[in-house]
Amino acid sequence: MSNWRYWFAHNAGVLTAVVLFAAMFTLYISNHSAGLTPAVATTAANKAVLLALVAMAQTLPVLTRGLDLSVGMVFVMANCIASVIVVGTVGEGLLGIVAVLLIGALAGFINGAIVVWGRLQPIITTLATGAVYYGISLFVRPGPGGDVQSDIADLLTGQVFGVVPAALVVLFVVVLVVWIPYRRSVLGRAAYAVGSNEQAAYMSGVPVQKAKLLAYTLAGVLASIAGLMLTFNTYSGEASAPIAGTYTLNSIAAVVIGGTSLFGGWGSAIGSIFGAFVLRTIEDLLFVFDLPPLWQPLFQGVVLLLAVSLGAFRILRVRNRLELFS
Amino acid sequence: MTGVDTGAMRGPTLAARLGIDRSVTIAFGCILLILCGGALYSREFLSPEYLLQQLQVGAFLGIVASGAMMVILLGHIDLSIPWVVTLGAMMATAMVGWGGPAGVWLCIPFGVFCGAVVGVLNGLGVAYLRLPSMIFTLGMNAVVQGLMVLHTGGFAPLDQATEAMHFIAVQRSLFGIPNALFVWALVGAFVIYLLKRTAFGRAVYAVGNRESAAYLSGVNTNRVLIGCFAFSGAMAAFAGVLLAGYSNKAYQNMGDAYLLPAIAAVVLGGTNILGGKGNYLGTIAGVILITLLQSILSVMQMPEAGRQVIYGCVIIAMLLIYGRGAKARS
Repeated sequence: MSNWRYWFAHNAGVLTAVVLFAAMFTLYISNHSAGLTPAVATTAANKAVLLALVAMAQTLPVLTRGLDLSVGMVFVMANCIASVIVVGTVGEGLLGIVAVLLIGALAGFINGAIVVWGRLQPIITTLATGAVYYGISLFVRPGPGGDVQSDIADLLTGQVFGVVPAALVVLFVVVLVVWIPYRRSVLGRAAYAVGSNEQAAYMSGVPVQKAKLLAYTLAGVLASIAGLMLTFNTYSGEASAPIAGTYTLNSIAAVVIGGTSLFGGWGSAIGSIFGAFVLRTIEDLLFVFDLPPLWQPLFQGVVLLLAVSLGAFRILRVRNRLELFS
Repeated sequence: MTGVDTGAMRGPTLAARLGIDRSVTIAFGCILLILCGGALYSREFLSPEYLLQQLQVGAFLGIVASGAMMVILLGHIDLSIPWVVTLGAMMATAMVGWGGPAGVWLCIPFGVFCGAVVGVLNGLGVAYLRLPSMIFTLGMNAVVQGLMVLHTGGFAPLDQATEAMHFIAVQRSLFGIPNALFVWALVGAFVIYLLKRTAFGRAVYAVGNRESAAYLSGVNTNRVLIGCFAFSGAMAAFAGVLLAGYSNKAYQNMGDAYLLPAIAAVVLGGTNILGGKGNYLGTIAGVILITLLQSILSVMQMPEAGRQVIYGCVIIAMLLIYGRGAKARS
């Protein structure tokens, strides 16, 4: 019994996001003219998985009490590079995918290396490296365009067995192959320790530097997976600073909605996935309720502000005012 | 004994009193380096006309950075700058249409006032709801964006800048020095006075160093937070008003180009992004550095791609020289 209550309290943030998403998605489907057909689900999934992957990427540095403001830029860079090298036969395409993932890992590793060995603040580091990655995207693809290996693209953006959206399967595989092993590994647990208290973690012999390096590197990998998925969806690449900025900012919002603390050491990538789904469903809801287009940005902004303000409930639990200043 | 200790007895040196520390020296050194490098490329880079032109453009960034610096000194960050800049510009130009003859006089204060209101809301969220400033100002940015899209979509009576806005942003009335530079100088003097000579300024550093300690010492920390965020909002909106005067109209996304350079300028000037340490002289150096860097890269007709890469690399390289944090064990 106490075990169950402990689990519940521990995952309250994630559960809130799941419930919020379930409620909103039900509302969306019940007001959609076509209902829940595989086509509707696939369209929704294809859009939502992009942000979910970027939000997962953002979660890892946030858990170490860092931040990655370059996830959006790595996402766009992967998109641009993929639109150049993921072409040709299926084999060449797969080779291109591996190359894009390696480039993403390298970009993340550079962030981590500057934060760990350069000892610069993550915010300002990733702000600057973000500019570099955007420059590289522009260099690779000065104007929108390009192509992508269509067999792989159709496979990953269509449906499995005609029912399940393939993008969701991709997301599930990423969780199984990347997140869960990471969470259970020594370095994954070290990341939580570093986020809670870096001094104490260092004193206890936790591999602080390796944990941070791995967190940023994996963030680069996850962001580049999202970039690949974007390429498969659009069949082209575009070096767009607004897209990168939107994804970076929404990824932070998704992380917060998913119950991860921006102060580090608390939360999970699963929560971020549902946080991302919530944000995406808001946009879809605006669409089915036929809100005048001019009002949509305001509505989205207000919902975003309210959603992140949910975190303010913690001040009700505070017994000593000094606990507020953390 | 006597001969050795006099240096320490005299108190801080002149350089320390003026706030000239290692980071400020290096930042000004880099400015000279850029200018010399530019002079090798073209003699024009050292002409007074070119330098005044750069300072005029830099004044807008300088005003935004002044506000951003106050918030960064607290250990917070204001990500609502992009749309607050646009808000200032749009509200000021729209006021002319709403207010009639009085609107011409009210437009500039009204634009700044709107920015200050957003800043106060930011401050309330950070101070009383205790939300991380990064996420709350981000949400506020989205809300202001929504309001401005709505505003331009149906209710904007005017988007043209007034004579007065054009005057302070573009014209040169004294010795050929741009008026915008005087405005920045006034803002800068105010910030220096606030930080060095008032209890509020001391409290800003105190809150930035350790908010709980400041609170226990009797500082009304919430008021300090709200004050700084209000100042940041007001300055971003003021820069927006000037930008509207500079380009003669207000348009969407006009503030997008100011967030990252403003934060970069403050941090390159030696202000600690975690708060509690920094001085305005450094911010001036940072602003001039960023402005010159952008200008020289564009004069050399570097494509946008190369400009972004060099821009990012220079920021990282400079910070690696002097902005490094302490080792974990210390």
